[in-house]
Amino acid sequence: MFEIPDDRKYLESHEWTTTDGDTVRVGISDFAQDELGDVVFVELPAEGDEVAAGDEFGVVESIKAVSDLYAPISGTVAAVNEDLFDAPELVNDDPYGDGWMLELEPSDTDEFDDLLSPEEYREQTE
Amino acid sequence: MGLRKPPLYDAHADAGARFTEFGGWDMPVEYDSIKAEHAAVRESVGIFDVSHMSEIEVSGPDATALMQRLTTNDVTALDPGDSQYSAIVDDEGVIIDDTVVYRLPDRDGRVYLFIPNAGHDEEMYDRWTSFRDDWDLDATVEDVTEEWAMFAVQGPDALDTVTDAAPDANLGGLSKFQATFADVAGVECWVARTGYTGEDGFEVLCPWDDAETVWSSLDATPCGLGCRDTLRMEMGYLLSGQDFDPEDEPRTPYEAGIGFVVKLDTEFVGRDALEQQREDGVDETFVGFTLLDRGIPRHGYDIATEDGDVVGVVTSGTMSPTLSEPIGLGYVPTEYAESGTIVQVLVRGREKRAKIVTPPFIDR
Repeated sequence: MFEIPDDRKYLESHEWTTTDGDTVRVGISDFAQDELGDVVFVELPAEGDEVAAGDEFGVVESIKAVSDLYAPISGTVAAVNEDLFDAPELVNDDPYGDGWMLELEPSDTDEFDDLLSPEEYREQTE
Repeated sequence: MGLRKPPLYDAHADAGARFTEFGGWDMPVEYDSIKAEHAAVRESVGIFDVSHMSEIEVSGPDATALMQRLTTNDVTALDPGDSQYSAIVDDEGVIIDDTVVYRLPDRDGRVYLFIPNAGHDEEMYDRWTSFRDDWDLDATVEDVTEEWAMFAVQGPDALDTVTDAAPDANLGGLSKFQATFADVAGVECWVARTGYTGEDGFEVLCPWDDAETVWSSLDATPCGLGCRDTLRMEMGYLLSGQDFDPEDEPRTPYEAGIGFVVKLDTEFVGRDALEQQREDGVDETFVGFTLLDRGIPRHGYDIATEDGDVVGVVTSGTMSPTLSEPIGLGYVPTEYAESGTIVQVLVRGREKRAKIVTPPFIDR
């Protein structure tokens, strides 16, 4: 079984989000990293870029596949995980921790309501 | 029509393999990690189920003549127990398939077994029988794809691994491209010192029904076909259906960098076209490249000049597990083919600098 922590929300496209109230952290799920296989490349936006909910914000590539990354909510990029540029395998090793990808300053927190709960995401991956 | 399955399909599934389609077959693409499986082959030994590869046997008084006229290499150079890499081309010299041709020993000396790529068995059987009939040759052609399972044992420890399972055979005495019948775990197998990962390796063909016995006797890391592709790319070897394809990527052996398998002093279908191209030279050439900027080249991406003019196409690309560098293969106009030339690869539309490199990418 894949790990689906209860402390975050999810997208159908397998991204997760957590928030400390000010910023939103984004990554991809354990299920997604397993489906991709060995992650070898991550392309992320620059700090200060604006993203809109549902838009592609980057790309994660494994040896065998290329996958777009989708923004869970609209906002401004506050930070990117630059460790992934040298160690993209962190996405496989620790998808909910050191393998995080992006931090956003949200422009519309109501968009959180559109995201999947852990239960809903669990049903999707079963 | 459903996908064809290798004899060990269930065993692979039990071992945790993921499957994907290769040439109409549902084959293991990885067990745990392509990177780990790739490293096993480079550093120790891995075993691949390649039972999806086609097998056509050709025998009879005119078997040599038929093979000679339908493959570009010189079949008469083969002694019993020898094999050669070869190409099968159409009238225009375009590669339909690449193959290894074995001349089997211990039979009547005129028995050949050749290995078309996965899913090409029916097409090749039809091609061989129809030309045989047109030329009125006395040869028997059999599609034995589903009679033989085939495993590739590849890596620096391959000899030890196969010898452990076949202690009575002098496999160390085989040079590259030689083969013999050998008793592997009590099963008579055709064991060939061939394989295309850049490592020492053996291909073991055994009767379909004995696949489990033979597979389990070969103690090596199970590897899916995902890492076979990355291993081959590191060597600059052609991937059928990707680096050449008679429909989507029609290429001659000279364009594809395998001109060494064309023997113009033999008579074969497509010879005249290839002789003409050899005289005229090729406009486009198969090259390797490494990406200097961040990104990964993939099949179908454009190759452009430094000025941004699109001149070529990527046919294969990956992050090299051995080098941890993005590498690719593709076709460019010959004037851009020199090693060290700087070009650009359009990675999802964005220009990334790349340097032409003559494969192999690794020191082998």
